[in-house]
Amino acid sequence: MDFEYSEEQQLLADSVQRFIQKDYDFEARKKIVASDAGYSEDAWRTFAEMGLLGLPVPQDFGGFGGGALDLMAVMEAFGDGLVVEPYLPTVLGARIIAHAGAKAQQKAILPALAEGRMKLALAHTERNSRYDLAHVETTATPSEGGWLLSGEKRVVLGAPLADKLIVSAATSKRGFSLFLVDRTAPGVEVKAYRTFDEMRAGDVALDNVRVDKKALVGKKNAGLALVEEAVDFATALICAEAIGAMKSANDATLEYLKTRKQFGVPIGTFQALQHRMVDMYITAEQARSMACLAASKADSASDADDRRRAISAAKIKIADACRQISQEAIQLHGGMGMTEELKVSHAFRRLTMIAQQFGDADHHLERFAALG
Amino acid sequence: MDLSYSPEELAFRDEVRGWLKDNLPDDLRRKVAEYEELSRDDLLRWHRILAKKGWVAPSWPKEWGGTGWNVVQRYIFEEECGYAGTPPLIPFGLSMCAPVLIKFGTEAQKKRFLPRIYNGEDFWCQGYSEPGSGSDLASLKTKAVRQGDHYVVNGQKIWTTLAHYADWIFCLVRTDSESAKRQEGISFLLFDMKTPGITVRPLILLDGGHEVNEVFFDDVKVPVENLVFEEGKGWTVAKYLLGHERMGTGRIGASKRELTKLKEFAAAQKKDGKSMLEDARFRDKLSRVEVELMALEITNLRFLDQMRRSGNPPGADVSMLKIKGTEIQQTLSELMMQAVGPLAQPFRPVDAPVAARDDFDAFVASLAPRYGNMRKTTIYAGSNEIQRNIISKMTLGL
Ligand SMILES: Cc1cc2nc3c(=O)[nH]c(=O)nc-3n(C[C@H](O)[C@H](O)[C@H](O)COP(=O)(O)OP(=O)(O)OC[C@H]3O[C@@H](n4cnc5c(N)ncnc54)[C@H](O)[C@@H]3O)c2cc1C
Repeated sequence: MDFEYSEEQQLLADSVQRFIQKDYDFEARKKIVASDAGYSEDAWRTFAEMGLLGLPVPQDFGGFGGGALDLMAVMEAFGDGLVVEPYLPTVLGARIIAHAGAKAQQKAILPALAEGRMKLALAHTERNSRYDLAHVETTATPSEGGWLLSGEKRVVLGAPLADKLIVSAATSKRGFSLFLVDRTAPGVEVKAYRTFDEMRAGDVALDNVRVDKKALVGKKNAGLALVEEAVDFATALICAEAIGAMKSANDATLEYLKTRKQFGVPIGTFQALQHRMVDMYITAEQARSMACLAASKADSASDADDRRRAISAAKIKIADACRQISQEAIQLHGGMGMTEELKVSHAFRRLTMIAQQFGDADHHLERFAALG
Repeated sequence: MDLSYSPEELAFRDEVRGWLKDNLPDDLRRKVAEYEELSRDDLLRWHRILAKKGWVAPSWPKEWGGTGWNVVQRYIFEEECGYAGTPPLIPFGLSMCAPVLIKFGTEAQKKRFLPRIYNGEDFWCQGYSEPGSGSDLASLKTKAVRQGDHYVVNGQKIWTTLAHYADWIFCLVRTDSESAKRQEGISFLLFDMKTPGITVRPLILLDGGHEVNEVFFDDVKVPVENLVFEEGKGWTVAKYLLGHERMGTGRIGASKRELTKLKEFAAAQKKDGKSMLEDARFRDKLSRVEVELMALEITNLRFLDQMRRSGNPPGADVSMLKIKGTEIQQTLSELMMQAVGPLAQPFRPVDAPVAARDDFDAFVASLAPRYGNMRKTTIYAGSNEIQRNIISKMTLGL
């Protein structure tokens, strides 16, 4: 048993934390969020230089071949800094290409991705899919040796910033397949928006988008297993991100309880608030434990069910923790917690969304229970 | 025991319901239903519609425009407005400043202010809280020094709701910093917002909305005739207001409407091809909040019955209406957001104002911000912790 990060992981964690403190503090982040692009090209370049973009890329393609445990430290620091760059969707895409992409796809994408020259986004969720990963209404119709893709994808994280989209589309009654599509290809329309947690996403309309047969990622009709594995992996990552954001919210609240005075004393002297803060602390520790489990099982589960059970268990705990800690952090800050001037309200926004991203607690309870 | 309204009360309810149905303008009804921001004009338009009907200030004495309704009728009216989804009647003038003037004001003050409040000619805001004085209001520092026929006021208020719309503000200020009991040095003053030296600065909330402000006073001259009651008796005035009728704080009517909306909305959301209402986990949560709301409504009616019998408001226990009512409002907003699952993430189009782009579902995008905004309800108007302290001390004697 060893719950410490390895020396390498720790070094990486330290350097990411330093970057956040120096170049990505709350003021710097505010400017990035308010900018036209909604993300920082400089930050992205730094991620590449620090090796963060190469982390999920196999060594053969200029990366480090890191797993969820390696990424955990990065995601935790990103959660603390409330980083808005499209790192998660890019990692998610890299995971799929590294697992299932054809050699030519890997060569074309992975080195560029590691160097910060390419971003990806997974275009999968649809209007009526909710969290069911098997639900795909977008269609791929064979045509002239390739396919025509048609349909609508919703809330594609990072879509407006991505160079390539990985699009799921039904290729038979039995299943769907994944296709690489240029974001700017004819027939692709990305309707961009800001998300409540201050990132960029978009709805993607596909109107008879022509792709050739080299665009297929993995085997035909085998999309579900790929998406499921990658989404479980990403779920482990947002669990790590969540514990970073929770820690930031808890630290800020604890500091506030010690410094905010009412009735002539720090409000932290009121036992009604002390116990609430203690519960927030306990919840964060329990959440951290489950984030460790999720990352570890994302890397080395004995089989898919073992992985599914652990990831769902972690997401149940994290989703509940996100709600409790974000709500309590605002409440204990009083009116100050309600303003956008304090970072804690932005942690609230991210935590609120993490609770519902890649499955809310109810969804994962259902999956967990079904696994016996 | 009989839990139902009398036939007369039911007839009254139907009358109010029918009138609201015919007189609430469609555009306002839609804005409220879709959680859109209401402008100053929207708020005042509804105020004036009610004023014209004679229903804008039911609890005032009849001579100033009150309806003469009993407590049950007043409660029914408020809940029906909530249920119909009218714009809120901004309470600062109608149910805060006015009751104070009616109880403590001079004849001249009443004549000057009450008709204008009634007709919606003056928009009021409330200047109590300060950066250092929230829950501990009596520690407030904004200072008013008497010089001849006016006070000179310096200091700052914060969280002042809709100060950017307001013509007038009523404030608690410190007129005596020497008095042994700090409550005794406080006075209740009325300011014209156009007075030189007043600066209003917006505070943006976590949903991106502008509803509260900071208000700064820099040598603001307030005529002595704008002092309400005696100098140094402001705390008595403020306490009177706190004890004043708070029967509507449970917001049962509005929550009933939200519950109905939640059911309709959830029915249209799909999970595994079926409606979210058929999802047992979601359905249980919905039923639980519905049961909470039923319990709160009956508790509210019990208080009302008690008040009708005794002629007195139920005191500290009213705090439970605030606690439970706000928890229910928050849960309802949380379930609305949960009902859409992953689609709750969109917030604003990148290059167009909200609702300006027709392919952007502004309503769904308003659910997460609204959930965030509703966190305020357990903080303002006496935080729920303070409400619990009140019950603990006053009712339970702890
Ligand atoms: C949206 C909004 C609108 C508002 N509108 C107005 C307005 O129009 N006019 C106006 O004057 N004010 C207004 N307020 C201010 C509101 O009344 C205060 O926010 C409230 O009184 C709490 O004060 P505070 O924010 O300073 O928090 P604090 O008093 O600093 O409280 C911080 C935390 O400590 C807790 N706490 C404090 N004391 C105790 C105790 N003794 N025991 C246990 N817990 C305690 C509180 O419950 C809270 O959780 C508004 C606030 C908001 C958020």
